[in-house]
Order: sequence, then structure tokens, then C-alpha cells
Amino acid sequence: MATYDFVFEGLGLEDWCEAGGDGAAPMSMDALMAQSSGEEAAPSLWDLPFPSMDALNEACAAFPQSRNVTLGLENGFLAVKDSISVVLDPITQPLSWMLDGALYAILNTPWWIVIPLILAVVWMVSKSWQLLGFVALSIGGLAFIDYYSYAMQTLAIIMVCAFLCVLLGVPIGIAMSRSDRLRAGTIPILDMLQTLPPFVYLIPLIFLFSVTEPKLYGIAIILYAIVPVIRLTDLGIRMVDESVIEAAEAFGMTDRQKLYGVQIPLALPNIMAGVNQTIMMSLAMVVIASLVSAPGLGVLVLRGINNLELGVGLVSGLGIVLLAVILDRTTKAALDRINAAQKG
Amino acid sequence: MTRSEKTTKIAIRNLYKIFGANPASVLDKVKAGMSKEELMESHRHVLGLNNINVDIKEGDITVMMGLSGSGKSTLIRHLNRLIEPTAGEVLLNGENVVDLGPKELRRLRREEMSMVFQHFALLPHRTVLENAGMALDVRGLPRSEYESEAQKWLDRVGLTDVGAQYPHQLSGGMQQRVGIARALTSNSPVMLMDEAFSALDPLIRTDMQDLLLELQDELKKTVVFISHDLDEALKLADHLVILKDGFVVQQGEPQEILMQPNDPYIVDFISDINRARVLRVRSVMEKTGEAPAEVAGDVDRDDTLEEVIARSEGRTDLTFRVMHKGRQVGVLKMTDLVKALVPTAAAEDGLRSSAA
Repeated sequence: MATYDFVFEGLGLEDWCEAGGDGAAPMSMDALMAQSSGEEAAPSLWDLPFPSMDALNEACAAFPQSRNVTLGLENGFLAVKDSISVVLDPITQPLSWMLDGALYAILNTPWWIVIPLILAVVWMVSKSWQLLGFVALSIGGLAFIDYYSYAMQTLAIIMVCAFLCVLLGVPIGIAMSRSDRLRAGTIPILDMLQTLPPFVYLIPLIFLFSVTEPKLYGIAIILYAIVPVIRLTDLGIRMVDESVIEAAEAFGMTDRQKLYGVQIPLALPNIMAGVNQTIMMSLAMVVIASLVSAPGLGVLVLRGINNLELGVGLVSGLGIVLLAVILDRTTKAALDRINAAQKG
Repeated sequence: MTRSEKTTKIAIRNLYKIFGANPASVLDKVKAGMSKEELMESHRHVLGLNNINVDIKEGDITVMMGLSGSGKSTLIRHLNRLIEPTAGEVLLNGENVVDLGPKELRRLRREEMSMVFQHFALLPHRTVLENAGMALDVRGLPRSEYESEAQKWLDRVGLTDVGAQYPHQLSGGMQQRVGIARALTSNSPVMLMDEAFSALDPLIRTDMQDLLLELQDELKKTVVFISHDLDEALKLADHLVILKDGFVVQQGEPQEILMQPNDPYIVDFISDINRARVLRVRSVMEKTGEAPAEVAGDVDRDDTLEEVIARSEGRTDLTFRVMHKGRQVGVLKMTDLVKALVPTAAAEDGLRSSAA
């Protein structure tokens, strides 16, 4: 006798319930307790259970239990995964190549080429001696304590992923800025990508791709980090001064001239702010992605946690902070230079 | 040359603009005479322009004047179709702008009409020179080819050394000079100026008005100028169009509107101005070829009354001979002049009185 018997009686579904009730469904903990104590709990209003799937299942054995929902989802995913893989695998293969290539290149180029190259890029982007000195000290310090190769792996992964984020995110942002309908459809997806706990992406991805493939963590990082660059591109283009757009139209610009000559240049400060955010989020994700075999400093953090190696964990954590500061300051310096060139 | 002898460059014919969800559905009601308030009240549509008919003559400065909300900025945007009309025609050299396809419309905007904006609307990420050359850049000319042309017009508007600077480094007045240079570089016969001087300080505004008149003397473009400032309108206009609530209250030669306002609205409008400075001798004089008995002196027909008062030293019993190109065209009695200084009441056949 269960609380919600009356529902099925009222609907005249007893036959269906009995036909389905093969008694094979696992017993719930409460039922087991009740059985072992040998007494039927006296029903009181205070104990009224919410009419959940499990409670209804008690009244009618043919009604599915809630664990069937998660099970169904899992089975459903497993059923379609092979066909998804057939499509996704070749499309995402270049990502594996790029990550492999970048990792190979940065580890097999001697340090006395890589470090000056990084410094040269920092100088070109920021034109700031202080920043250049800071970057040289940080990378020198990491290399001095033999964390050079880990740090460079992390950097290589971030560079590839952030580059792809910009390559995909800016056009998506532009498309969103032009169509309100597309925007309304895309924003919930972006919200979901941004709020879904990063570990959760990893689960379906592990089923879809082999854990040994770099694209597994590449996709996870891109999905997580692409959001800000899309959002800020859309916002930047929408915020371009109406009167300037009107002037562009009044002088007979085509849509293409307007986009490349007016909208993108004027949205550039916002787009760069998005790129900055995207790089920082890639860095956050690259640590988590070490769970699925992403090389780099994240591996050391993971080792620190798994083996309780306090020193390794702290130093690698600090290394990540240094990388973050370097990337953030460099992109911000670039942003400031753009802002200075076109303020007003 | 009188107005009727000039060629009509742009003709606006029965132009209507209604803003709202479904403008076509209420067009007939507007044509039947529904007022702006009633349309808003019962149909939630805003009446922007109501049956506008204006001829814009070649080589004239046509000023469209009205208070904010009168539809003047909406009207000027119909000329190059930044705003699509609900009904009506805009004929440029006899060709209907409303029917143009996207490609022809771009050609029109690139080659036939240039525009100057109230808030300048320069491209902030391009230098002054690049901004001035924008019209040619849009047509696909490389920088090396448009540079000299852009520099020529920058020089002409008094900005010789700032070509390499960015707009935000210039003052408002200088930015608007760039805006004018940009419009002139396009070399289009028609120039649309949307409250071009309204955002400037009074002194700089006067400078810019003088610059425009000076350029106009030389270039003879067809200028359509939007303004909410009556002094500015009277100073610049060859033909003045006064708008209110989306319809034309009165249009004509500025002097004529001053002497014969046909609507209380215009009387209100013109009651605050300094008539002595704005009115010219030709509007007050008596047309005659006969020399008067006692002549105190000669004045030109385009002198302002203020200048004549200064010459008369305040005496009202004088009579001046009015000359034009060395020939007598009329006679001006100081008593007539003094009478003309009193604001006129609306003419009996005005819009309002005939409606009532």
C-alpha cells in the first residue's frame, strides 16, 4: 500500500500497473527498511512524499523509476555516439594535428630561440620595457627551476586554442550582431557553456573521443573559452556609434566596406577585451583538462593533489599564475594601444 | 535670376512618412486628414511627414526649419533614402529616388549627394585626411589618388596642417570643417547638411555660416540645410521651408515670410528676431523708377534696414534712392522702414485662419 495508489485507481490504470509490475525493479532504501523492521509505516500528512517518479513507482510498478531517466540519457547518448563520432572525428582532426604540431615545435626548438621569440612578440605587442623585463624574469625563473618544458606546453596549448577561439568566435559574434534572431538563439547556448561546470564537458567528450587524442582537451578548452570573444564581438559591433554608421551609409559604403572599414575597427577594443578574457579562460581550463591527458603545468598540479606533493603543487600553481599575469598584461597592453589610437 | 527661372534639382512630391508597426494600414486615414495626435491616440502610429511638397532649385541654399519633432531631420534623410518613405516621390533630376535599386542608390549616395552631420560622424580610427577622402575611398580610389583632392578641400576649409591628426584631437568647429571637407571632396552637386552647425559655439557657428556662404558663392552647389535656428535660416536661405508637426507651414523667400507670415506659428517664430538686421531694403521699398523729390542718399537693395538706420542717424523724415547695379529700382521712405520694424500679424489667408 503506497501513498499514491489512489492516482492510478482514479485513472483506472490498475491493470496496466499489475501487468508491468514484474517485481524486478530494485527496492528503494525506504522500502527495504520498512520490510526489515517488519511494520508498515503509519501514513501521516507530515510524511507525505512529493509525487516523484520513485513515489509513483511504489504505487504502480509499471511506472518508471527516476534512475531510468539518467539511464535512458546514457543509453541514448551511447546509441548515437558512434554516428556523431563519424562526423565529428574528421572535422576535429585538424585540431589534434595543430596541438600535436605546436607541442612538438615548442619542445623541439631550443630554448635560446623560443624565449627570445616570446620576448620579441611581447615587445611588438606592448612596446613596454617593464612588461618585457617582467616576462623575461618570469620565464627565466620557470626555466631555472626546470619547469620550462611544462610551462611551454601549457603556453602552446593556450595559443592554439585561443587562436581557434578567435578564428571561430569573431565571425559568430559578427553574425549575431547582424541578426537579432540568431542572437536570441545563441545567447542561451553561450550562457550554458559559461555556467556548465567545466568537468561536465569532459564526460561526453570522453565517450566521443579517445582520451589519448589531444583534440579531446582542445575541444573542451575551446568550448569553455570561446564565449567571451563571441559575446564581446557582438556587443562591440552593436555599440558602434549609430551616427558613424549612418555617415558610412550616406557616403554609399557597401555592407562589406562598412564591416571592415567601420564596424570591426571601432569594435576592436571590445573584441580585444574578449580575446583577453578568452585567453584567461583557456588557461583556467588547461589545468582542468590535465585530467584528460592535457600536458603542461596542470599535470604537475594534478600530481601535487594526487600524491600530496605540496611543493610541486604550489610551485606549478605559481607558475600558472605567472603565465596568467604575462598573458593578461600583454593582451591588455595591446588593448591600451588600440584604445589610445582611437579614443573619442 | 528669379526662382521660377532656376532648374528644379530635387522635387519632393506628396511625401508621407508614418512610423509604426504597419504604416500602410493607416496611410489612407492620414491622407483623409487625421491629425498627428489622433493617429497616436487611436492607432499607435507616429506621423513623421505629412504630404510634403517642396522644389529644391539648383544652386540654391534651401533651408528647412522647424523645432525638434517637426520632421526636418526625417525629411532630409528621405532625400538620400537613409529613411524609406511610406508614400510619395523624391525626384532627383526627374528620376525617382524611391524606385532605385541598391546599386543605383549607392551610386547616388557616392556621386550625387554628400552629407554633413550634426555630430560630425567622422570615423574616429582614421586620420583627418583619410576622413576627408572618405567619399573617394569608398569609390575604391587608392590613397595616393585621393590624397591631393582631400588635401585641397582641407586647405579650402582652413585646415592645412592637421591632415595627419585624428578627429578626437580637434575642436568641435575644426571637426565640422573636416565634415564639410569630406562632403566637398565627394564633388557631388547636392550637399545635405543636417543641423550641421547646431552643435557648435555661437561664435564658431557664425564663422562656419560665413564659410558656407563663401564656398557657395564659388561652388554653386545645391545645398539643403536643416536648422532649428531662425537667425541661421534667414542668413543662409535662398528658399525657406518652415515645418511643423510633419507638414509644411509656409515656404518661400525668407524676406517674404518675414513680411507676410501666413500662420500664427510663424508669427511666434519670427517675433523674437532683430528685424532691422534681417530685413533688407528691397522688401520694404516702394518699387519705382522715378526719382523722389528730396534724396538723402543712395542705398543698395540688399542693404539691411540696420545699415540704413545707421546712415539716417535716426531721422525719420528722409527718403533714400534704392539702387541695384547702378540703376534706380525703388524708393525707400524712412517712415515705411520704421513701420516694417513692427512684427506683422499673420496674414488673413493663413493656414490656421482658413482652417478655422
